[in-house]
Amino acid sequence: MEDLLLNDAPVINEVDQKEPVRKMNFILSKAGLDSVYACFIMANGARMEGIEAEIFFTFFGLDAVNKKRMEHLHVATVGNPGMHMPTVLGAIPGMETFATNMMKKQMEDLDLPTVPEFLEILEASGVEMYGCKLAADMFKLKKEDLFEGIKDIITVGDFYAKASGKGSHIVFI
Amino acid sequence: MTTLVNEKNVQFNEEGFMTDFSQWDKEVAEMIAAKEGIPVLTPKHWEVINWLQEQHKSKNPLTIRKVGGSGITDIKEFYALFPNGPLKKAAKISGIPKPVSCI
Repeated sequence: MEDLLLNDAPVINEVDQKEPVRKMNFILSKAGLDSVYACFIMANGARMEGIEAEIFFTFFGLDAVNKKRMEHLHVATVGNPGMHMPTVLGAIPGMETFATNMMKKQMEDLDLPTVPEFLEILEASGVEMYGCKLAADMFKLKKEDLFEGIKDIITVGDFYAKASGKGSHIVFI
Repeated sequence: MTTLVNEKNVQFNEEGFMTDFSQWDKEVAEMIAAKEGIPVLTPKHWEVINWLQEQHKSKNPLTIRKVGGSGITDIKEFYALFPNGPLKKAAKISGIPKPVSCI
């Protein structure tokens, strides 16, 4: 058994054999500002390096492209260890708005675009964006309810088919 | 790393960015562009190159968003003019250092 395992181990002849990243496929499942910006910056950064990029918006991630909600995303103050804030403090009324405004101010100082503007930039940069069919059905959303740059509402299977190929990677946010 | 362009030695760093802007001229730009897969620099290319050089002179950090708001080109056209990594490629051809921004 041990021999078999050893034989199956890949043989790496050259240490510097690098496989370039050709495509990044992001799955955005949350609509907290921190998650949305992480996803958008990574996708935009990929395009800037000449790497293909795709975002699949699923579950609460759909809020980031929901015309009615995309301008009102928040940063979570409860259950977000990155906030360095005791949960009880995060739950105080107004705290989430305060933290969100703080974060928005900091992002403005860094010249980061707002969510709707960022979506325009991503579309112009050639990032392919899709909504998840199951999530859209669940939230009763149609393509018309979503940002115009959303190419289509597709199934998980469609997503995997698009993500196939050498040097293609999937990241779940 | 040094490359000979019209009997002039041009200095590049290991990533292919010029290290001495005084060595830049249109012929050098055309040589870099050809190496980067852009055989012909159109008037639009030159407009963008001039704008990038001005921004660099004024010490304005370069981002895709700024290019989009430049009034010279938009983001979609910028990607079409300099395919596969437009900001880096355009900076290389413009003879300015690699932009350090993530956006």
